[in-house]
Amino acid sequence: MISLTHYLILSAILFTIGVTGVLMRRNVIIILLSVELMLTAVNLNFVAFSHYVNNPVGQVFVFFVMTVAAAETALGLAIVIALFRNLETVNVDEINQMKG
Amino acid sequence: MGLYDFMFYYLAAVAVITALLAVSRPNPVHAVLFLVPCFFHVAGIFVLLQAEFLAVIQILVPAGALMVLYLFVVFLFNLHEIKGTRATHRQAALAGIVAAAIVILLVVLAVNSLFPVPFPEQAQGMAADNTAAVGGELFTKFLFPFELASLVLLAVMFGAMVLARREDSE
Repeated sequence: MISLTHYLILSAILFTIGVTGVLMRRNVIIILLSVELMLTAVNLNFVAFSHYVNNPVGQVFVFFVMTVAAAETALGLAIVIALFRNLETVNVDEINQMKG
Repeated sequence: MGLYDFMFYYLAAVAVITALLAVSRPNPVHAVLFLVPCFFHVAGIFVLLQAEFLAVIQILVPAGALMVLYLFVVFLFNLHEIKGTRATHRQAALAGIVAAAIVILLVVLAVNSLFPVPFPEQAQGMAADNTAAVGGELFTKFLFPFELASLVLLAVMFGAMVLARREDSE
């Protein structure tokens, strides 16, 4: 029988995969993808609890999280484009100066 | 094992495997393409949790629009120089330890939590019409945050255009 704990564990695993991607990868695009994965894991928690307490407010919150995720992606990718145009690199360990 | 259990384990396994592949592939195009089936299977899990509206949104927005945006940006770059170099950061070993600690902590917390094992019976209420329930909450109790979200998206649209604009086009 599938319980809330199953969903919490799945969400924890997905979140940790996202954390690993953020900490391990050098490519800033894959780091943004990993942040997206972490937000998805959090959404999964919200939906599971919304189902558990039988209240749709949790799903409304997921709606707002998705809005913020879309905003984060658009702005992050715009910054990556500006960064690549100035420094010719997308690796985070080579981006080590404030001056372009 | 019933159909519900089987579907949960199938969707969870595929979501985890594709997520692992997405963060471990050296090629960013492969990473983006592996994240699309991952988001599709998370949408399937939303259906299992009777959140049909969010399942459709999950396919349309993160798996559809955002992944297309990522692909466009990846194609914009010259990837030849990125190939051949190592894909992981210097701090990868430390990052692995931190990630293992986080997953152990979260799983222990989830297993030892006080939530009773089965889901309560979902006969009435939100199970009847999920979209109407979510929309009813969104346009009454959460109307102000909803309008604020549209303002955020407007600001992001102008911000992204200003940030990605070429400097020499003045």
